[in-house]
Amino acid sequence: MHRFANPAKFTRLADSILPWAIFAMLLAFVAGLYYALFNSPADYQQGESVRMMYVHVPAAWSAMFIYAFIAAASFTALVWRHPLALIAGKAAAPIGATITALALITGSLWGKPMWGTYWEWDGRMTSVLVLFFLYIGYMALWQALDEEEKAGRAASILALVGVVNLPIIKFSVEWWNTLHQPASVMRADGPTMPAEMLTPLLIMGVAYQLYFLVVVLWRMKLEINNRKVSIMRQATAE
Amino acid sequence: MIDQSPNSFSIFRGIIRRDIRLAWSQGGTGTMALSFFLIAVTLFPFGIGPEPQTLARVAAGVIWVVALLACLLSLDRLFQADYEDGSLDDLVSSPVGLLAVVTAKMLAHWFATILPLVVAAPVLALILKLPPEGYIYLAVALVIGTPALSLLGGVGAALTVSVRRGGVLMSLLVLPLYIPTLIFGVGAVDAAVHNSDPIPHLALLGAVTLMTVVISPFATAGALRLSLE
Repeated sequence: MHRFANPAKFTRLADSILPWAIFAMLLAFVAGLYYALFNSPADYQQGESVRMMYVHVPAAWSAMFIYAFIAAASFTALVWRHPLALIAGKAAAPIGATITALALITGSLWGKPMWGTYWEWDGRMTSVLVLFFLYIGYMALWQALDEEEKAGRAASILALVGVVNLPIIKFSVEWWNTLHQPASVMRADGPTMPAEMLTPLLIMGVAYQLYFLVVVLWRMKLEINNRKVSIMRQATAE
Repeated sequence: MIDQSPNSFSIFRGIIRRDIRLAWSQGGTGTMALSFFLIAVTLFPFGIGPEPQTLARVAAGVIWVVALLACLLSLDRLFQADYEDGSLDDLVSSPVGLLAVVTAKMLAHWFATILPLVVAAPVLALILKLPPEGYIYLAVALVIGTPALSLLGGVGAALTVSVRRGGVLMSLLVLPLYIPTLIFGVGAVDAAVHNSDPIPHLALLGAVTLMTVVISPFATAGALRLSLE
């Protein structure tokens, strides 16, 4: 892994991945949205508003996945002192926070026609809201400390404490109040969703992941370039 | 200069005794947190009205939430005072190791700042008209649950120790982590009031506290070492 610790090597790797990733992302979004909006059945109970699911559910998945990504990057940063891991965590956090906000907003827009209310204090919505706060805390700590390295490692400790607590928070909040329908995709006895709905959902899930990959690589490159610029500025100032 | 080298346990005890004494000296956090707790709880009847049924319904929640906030208020100074006057550097290089030092300090925080809140809670429950079945479980839940507040707060305090006016930032970091403790703590009291079994709530509350006992000293020590670099 330390082979990619060299920023120049990483940038080259990112540049070779990016065009493919962008192409695949666009393909997945076009295919996924086409299936989701035009070529999948309306739900017999929910009607057309079930299509909100194809935007909402992948966002909720990504929100959790990106937090796990940040936790993994934090662990790598603290244990192996991998220089790019801190940058990866920093680059991923705003994307994660945005997607978590998207999950909350689409969830509440979906909730209005379904439950008759924009916000319900139900287990899953509430735990996603808490996840959003964890993202905000992580980003705030990054910004509060002046020294990049120090800020990054402090934020990494926070992310690890957060990821240990996240299942506990999720469990406790769900136990506290459950109104949301039980999970219908991630179940041991197989999905209960018809295939013509599951396919666009999974394509959209892949599209969101590719979107994350593309933007996180962009942001990491940007961060590396920013550091180069500030080093050059310092060098010329002296 | 150490003439007769004291053993680790007496250093550990010494840190606890010192911190408790500091917290209860003039202008210490102990008195302030307790006063905040009393005043803030008293504000609620003004906000939501004096009807006994309404107050009884929210009593447990109000007491728990204000206890969280009082704890947060006092955590600000947990490491910062020692950081500012430099005694933290001494503590870090003490022979018992940083892990024991932070554990002692968080333990002292609980004894000096949180335990008085736990003692005051039944009185506040009385004025908030909590049904009498809830009293004993409110006290037990607070005793079992609040150590997690000191321990998780310790992580937040250590992370923000070098940040100027870090208190606001710390509340952002720590409050989401307090949610499970709050849920099970209030759950135990509500269960007792509504004639169902509060023991599962207390067991889960204990589990949350034990989890933090395992995680928190390492995270706090790591964060503190980082802040002192």
